[in-house]
Amino acid sequence: MTASAAPRLRAKTRPGDRVFSGTAITAGSVIVAILAAVAIFLIAQSIPALTVGADDLKGADSFWSYVGPLVFGTLWAAGLALVLALPVALGIALFISHYAPRRLAQALGYVIDLLAAVPSVVFGLWGIKVLAPMVLPLYVWLSDNVGWIPLFSGPVSGTGRTILTVAIVLAVMILPIITALCREVFLQTPRLHEEAALALGATRWEMIQMAVLPFGRPGIISAAMLGLGRALGETMAVAMVLSPSVLISFVLLQSQNPTTIAANIALNFPEAHGIGVNVLIATGLVLFVITFAVNAVARVVINSRKAFSGAN
Amino acid sequence: MGGLFAILWLSGSMTEFSLVGTVFFGTVLYAVLIFAVSSVVEGGRKAKDRLVTALVTTAFVIALLPLVSLLSTVVASGLARFDPTFFSYSMRNVVGEGGGALHAIVGTLEVTGMATLMSVPIGLFTAIYLVEYGRGHLARAITFLVDVMTGIPSIVAGLFAFALFALLFRDPGVRFGFGGAVALSVLMIPVVVRSSEEMLKLVPNELREASYALGVPKWLTISKVVLPTSVAGITTGVMLSIARVIGETAPLLIIAGFTQSMNYDLFSERMMTLPVFVYTQYQNPGSDVGAYLDRAWAGALTLILIVMALNLIARLVAKLFAPKLSR
Repeated sequence: MTASAAPRLRAKTRPGDRVFSGTAITAGSVIVAILAAVAIFLIAQSIPALTVGADDLKGADSFWSYVGPLVFGTLWAAGLALVLALPVALGIALFISHYAPRRLAQALGYVIDLLAAVPSVVFGLWGIKVLAPMVLPLYVWLSDNVGWIPLFSGPVSGTGRTILTVAIVLAVMILPIITALCREVFLQTPRLHEEAALALGATRWEMIQMAVLPFGRPGIISAAMLGLGRALGETMAVAMVLSPSVLISFVLLQSQNPTTIAANIALNFPEAHGIGVNVLIATGLVLFVITFAVNAVARVVINSRKAFSGAN
Repeated sequence: MGGLFAILWLSGSMTEFSLVGTVFFGTVLYAVLIFAVSSVVEGGRKAKDRLVTALVTTAFVIALLPLVSLLSTVVASGLARFDPTFFSYSMRNVVGEGGGALHAIVGTLEVTGMATLMSVPIGLFTAIYLVEYGRGHLARAITFLVDVMTGIPSIVAGLFAFALFALLFRDPGVRFGFGGAVALSVLMIPVVVRSSEEMLKLVPNELREASYALGVPKWLTISKVVLPTSVAGITTGVMLSIARVIGETAPLLIIAGFTQSMNYDLFSERMMTLPVFVYTQYQNPGSDVGAYLDRAWAGALTLILIVMALNLIARLVAKLFAPKLSR
């Protein structure tokens, strides 16, 4: 009389099923294998660089003193870009989710997504040929009037190819991704919270302050981190716009600018040979570790609030 | 009032910066004025609300400025060399004017096509595994690793392909098109997995259960019910991922290299691609700088047109062939 007495029903396994699930598992395992290969081959090619002598490193004594200024430049350029992009991206996301007329909102979202479709090499060309000459008068004005702030101290670079121009180009490039993620999060604010705030007499801005922003904070943070990750790895725009030199410097407008890891690789790789190739690959590995850390933090923040569907 | 005059004076002082300056200071002026008037007439809270509305709208306009400037510049400068010669000649033996990007266009099509051929099966089947089969450690590990792959900087993907083939062929200067395809698929696979996964998750479970109830085996359920239902979304995802990698420059610069000549063979010799063409025309101009820049802009225009077309077709596919799930 017990249920366990009845024989358990098992589906017949057909050859087709076995082949299909085998293929699916293989495909999944290929991804594991690819990432393992990325790690193994990069590390294998990097090891010779760690013990390289000073004469192969363009003036630095050891690999770490060579990569130090590059790491600084990468973080500095990406950080500046994030500072420029985040307020604008938040504004656009709010505009699309809460201010624009409903019919228009989706079309406006597409317009911003168009920015994401522009290849980075075109951004580089635009940055050097259009943006740099355009912002030069602004730089001159900044250094004349607020030059006492060390960031803006002169003499101003005559070409506009400075770290600030790079940061502006990078900011434009990461704008769409931050906007898209923030918009997604803002749209998921519980309607009842918004309507409750409005019913209590809040203005639209007070409603956003009370209901939308607190709800969206983890989403905003993770969107910013993902944008930062994008900016860290961006190559061509930096390589084309910046006039590079290897140093640590916080000034924004002068002609001596710290360069980034990615741009350094792109500029030097075509002519590199011998141990120089290994050095560049090792700097690439450092870049990979940095972006991995930034992205991991973003993922942790997202996973702490699983409610968002936009980014996970 | 002193502040207002200062702003007006500043906008006047920067004569060569007139259009952008006028728009910029006009916006600032509008924000300040609306805040001042509103706080007198309506009170502080309403004034703050109006100020934020003005700022948020400004943010949107600020984002439009680079887009408009970029597109108009690319179209205006690109049209100069957007002619039949550009699409029917390579750069072999060309110094100065003339020449074209046929070798780069062929290279881009071959490399991206190869990358698509490699990424779509792997990505699609991984998505199927994650949605239909995936339980336990392997599925969780794959989800995590796909996240990691999404964050790989494009230049690192190029370095990986280089490191791989340099070790395999024992050739420290290895450059060929297939390596570029491998680098691009490292960037493409996570995008395909993510978008296909989302689309497969959208297929209602009732469809699967109805199929099982009729005694259809799992693999036929997936291939005859689940995939046809989500094929529009998957196609869109694949096209968007192609649009994402077709403009990649850095990995191709490293592993595919650059050349002035035609090369149809993915497996030997350097291969030019369109983004790298734009980069090299800008970076290594000969004596006649203008001709090289014109070609760079024309290449940029071609590239943008291709990417826009892919995006447009992808959205159309999503819209036209979307399954009618709701009643």
